[in-house]
Amino acid sequence: MRRSYVRALGTAALAATLVVAAGCQDSGGEGGTASGDCGGKIAIFGAFTGDNAGLVIPSLNGAKLAVKQHNEKNPDCKVTMQEFDTQGDPAVATPFANQIAGDNSFLGVIGGHFSGESDATMPIYQAAGLAMVAPSATRTDLTQKGNTSFFRVVGHDGTQAGAVATYMKAQNAQKVFAIDDGSAYGAGITAELGKNLGGTLVGSDKIQERQSQFDATISKIKAAQADFVFYGGYTREAAPLVRQMRAAGVQAKFVGPDGLYDPAFPQGASGGAEGAIITCPCLPADKAGGTFSADYQKEYGQAPGSYGAEGFDAAQIYLDAFKDGKKSRADILAYVKSYDKQGVSKYIKFDDKGDVDPTKVVIWAYQIKGTAIEPLQELKLS
Amino acid sequence: MNFDELFGHLGQHTVDGLSKGAIYALIALGYTLVYGVLRLINFAHSEVFMVGTFAVLGVWTAFGVQNNPPIGQAVLFLVLGLVAAAVASGGTALAIERIAYRPLRRKNAPPLIFLITAIGLSLVLVEVFGLLLPDIAGGALPTMFGRARQIVGMPTIIQQETLFTIGGTAITNIQLIVFISAVVMMAALDWFINRTRYGRGVRAVAQNPETAALMGVNQERVIMLIFVLGGIMAGAAALLWSMRFGFTQNSIGFVLGLKAFTAAVLGGIGNLRGALVGGLFLGIVEVYGATLFASNWEDVIAFVVLIVVLMFRPTGLLGESLGRARA
Repeated sequence: MRRSYVRALGTAALAATLVVAAGCQDSGGEGGTASGDCGGKIAIFGAFTGDNAGLVIPSLNGAKLAVKQHNEKNPDCKVTMQEFDTQGDPAVATPFANQIAGDNSFLGVIGGHFSGESDATMPIYQAAGLAMVAPSATRTDLTQKGNTSFFRVVGHDGTQAGAVATYMKAQNAQKVFAIDDGSAYGAGITAELGKNLGGTLVGSDKIQERQSQFDATISKIKAAQADFVFYGGYTREAAPLVRQMRAAGVQAKFVGPDGLYDPAFPQGASGGAEGAIITCPCLPADKAGGTFSADYQKEYGQAPGSYGAEGFDAAQIYLDAFKDGKKSRADILAYVKSYDKQGVSKYIKFDDKGDVDPTKVVIWAYQIKGTAIEPLQELKLS
Repeated sequence: MNFDELFGHLGQHTVDGLSKGAIYALIALGYTLVYGVLRLINFAHSEVFMVGTFAVLGVWTAFGVQNNPPIGQAVLFLVLGLVAAAVASGGTALAIERIAYRPLRRKNAPPLIFLITAIGLSLVLVEVFGLLLPDIAGGALPTMFGRARQIVGMPTIIQQETLFTIGGTAITNIQLIVFISAVVMMAALDWFINRTRYGRGVRAVAQNPETAALMGVNQERVIMLIFVLGGIMAGAAALLWSMRFGFTQNSIGFVLGLKAFTAAVLGGIGNLRGALVGGLFLGIVEVYGATLFASNWEDVIAFVVLIVVLMFRPTGLLGESLGRARA
């Protein structure tokens, strides 16, 4: 008797945990489709939980804010947005893409937020005639593969890498050591930087995702006597890396791209990231246009971090399309292609590849102070 | 291939590898103890370690520990962390045994079923700590559990400093503490298994469960004991990890667990001293591999070495068996 009781209890507890855990994944997703002649449904996908979620959450919040404001202003033109949490993993993003492409009620997609997941799902959305507007997928060649339904409201890594190289030269960097995580994004931007740096790049190492111990890498940095360390990748590996570097007495300046723009980076490094520089093609909160920053602050009780404004802009493109009476995937795709308007992050008009005008891209350097990521200066593009 | 760097600083890389491998070895003990007695790979053991790191994090957060506390406090926090981690990890290991294994054992389920339950339970624990904890505890302790599935940093308890340098090889205080603590823990466990009455029971059940039962050894108690012992060792590893690397995450156990399991197999699974040898060997091979090629090659090198070793010594470096050979 007692045995079966314990077993039943255990099974029930397990089942309950599983249900709750599964329930958490899609919390916030809104069901139901729009009624009437105006409005419709869009999907947003990205790493809303997981190793590097802190980088993506502001964009999701920005997009939610845009939809909310639209629905309040246009009660007869309701737009719904459904969330798909990929954890930034291309393997998770792909089945979601098939699901979204196969469901005809979805008329547009915001995403991906990372380059790897964008790259993996592009062909699926393209085949389904769905437009993708990416708020933060920055790998340069994403727009150079002949894809006709991918657009991004953010500058690409070629521009960012050029700005990083210019910044390092201005800081009189003599010996740069570059590390990357082998991801579509990290390896891409590090290679771009290498091209820009030339002879000042004295050494490099490649680490792997989820790596925690960096003794070998740190020995190489020491041997190279680097005065700058560049890390192309995301927070999960960067936080322990920079902390172990500092603990081992490496004084070189630490510079990373927008992948590290995540509150978990300074927090996860527990003081080790102090003074680290993060570059980002995203604006400081107070530089965004309109009332965006104030609205975001009011809605979420904190300043928009990375890509909040870009997420808002991406959603706004679709909202404008719905308001303009577009009701099919093809019409919306055509609308996105010819979009030509001032957004809150920058002026948005896509070239024939799906990139925004590079001269409109703004790259900022931020610095870690305590657990905050504070704007330092705007960077020259070249 | 960077031979100059490897052989130029061979001593340094060896020291780095030993301190890396010491943590593998402590976790490997959990796999090896359970395998030695039950002939079962407890794949949920990686999560026993993960729970331990969260226990350390919880205690340090509750006491408001800041970076670099004075030495007296630092020792206190380390002891508190060790107690918390040992209790949490030991308790988790015991709970895993009670929930996932004991009911199956009573039904005489085939070995494959245990494997699947272990993997399932492991995933449940990972997601509970990744998703539920931020939801439940996120309001009270936002910096600790605020972000679903993301990493959390811990304060630096002991500042890393070079203690002494021998022929160009710098040895830091942290490396020394990690290595010595791990070896002492393992020696204590080895003594316990080989020299005490309880240990004799463990060896008896490992050799022949039926005969041991006839001789009056309580098999269930022995099984509980080995899970708790393995859990305590994982808890100690969790404290050393927290002191050396200072961060954790819900999925932290996955890679480490895999490495520790590899170390256990490399040394001879079921053999306590094998876990030590396997762990240290694996740590050194990884650092050498990462130095020789790039860091993302370390797993490739480590597993190639594993395969080569197993080709020549199919039961691992020291051979398997907890009871029979007594090492």
